[in-house]
Amino acid sequence: MYLVTKDPIDLSAVLREVSHPGAGGITLFVGTTRDENDGRRVERLEYEAYEDMAVAEMRAIGEAMRRRWGLLAVAMVHRIGVVPIADASVAVAVAAPHRDEAFAACRFGIDTLKAQVPIWKKEFYADGSRWIGACAVHEHRDEGA
Amino acid sequence: MKLRVLFFAYLRERCGREAEVDAPAGASVGDVWALLRVRYPMLDDVSIRFAVNRVYVDKAHRLQDNDELALIPPVSGGI
Repeated sequence: MYLVTKDPIDLSAVLREVSHPGAGGITLFVGTTRDENDGRRVERLEYEAYEDMAVAEMRAIGEAMRRRWGLLAVAMVHRIGVVPIADASVAVAVAAPHRDEAFAACRFGIDTLKAQVPIWKKEFYADGSRWIGACAVHEHRDEGA
Repeated sequence: MKLRVLFFAYLRERCGREAEVDAPAGASVGDVWALLRVRYPMLDDVSIRFAVNRVYVDKAHRLQDNDELALIPPVSGGI
């Protein structure tokens, strides 16, 4: 399962997706949205994706993980659009015969997703907004704020 | 040749979601980047990556007619 969705992430469905009779362990990483970043209070978060490429990149990462750690199953889901604070924005789940591989692969999966998959986060504050990942010149401050 | 150029995140807010670009046959990604910077003077970010038909490429990649060229600003998913 490699998915970009506007809907809340169904974590039970993600776990079901990687359940496998040969698995000795499943790791599930859930990234959640914070109400604070760099000392500023975040009121709202939005994610945007280059959807077709994001899914293709997630699949490529997942296939590389399967080969490297001998995984039985991989799932990656990223939510886009407005994501309420404290909700899941991303989930990575892997099933492996043993836990060492499950932990290592899951860590690699979320780290690589963050570095490679074309998805962008915009934070909204009381006095403006900012695309994360971009440098400060892309910050927009509301007039009169 | 005709290319479809896609913009995302802050680039989309500045340039629009997509544009059609006419480029000479055999042009590379770097050639088209130079054309785009003339059309959109606000495109000055050296950290932009490029994807052609949904695969990351470098500036030397040769484009084909009807390719989809995406400008990928620094990504920030997963957090």
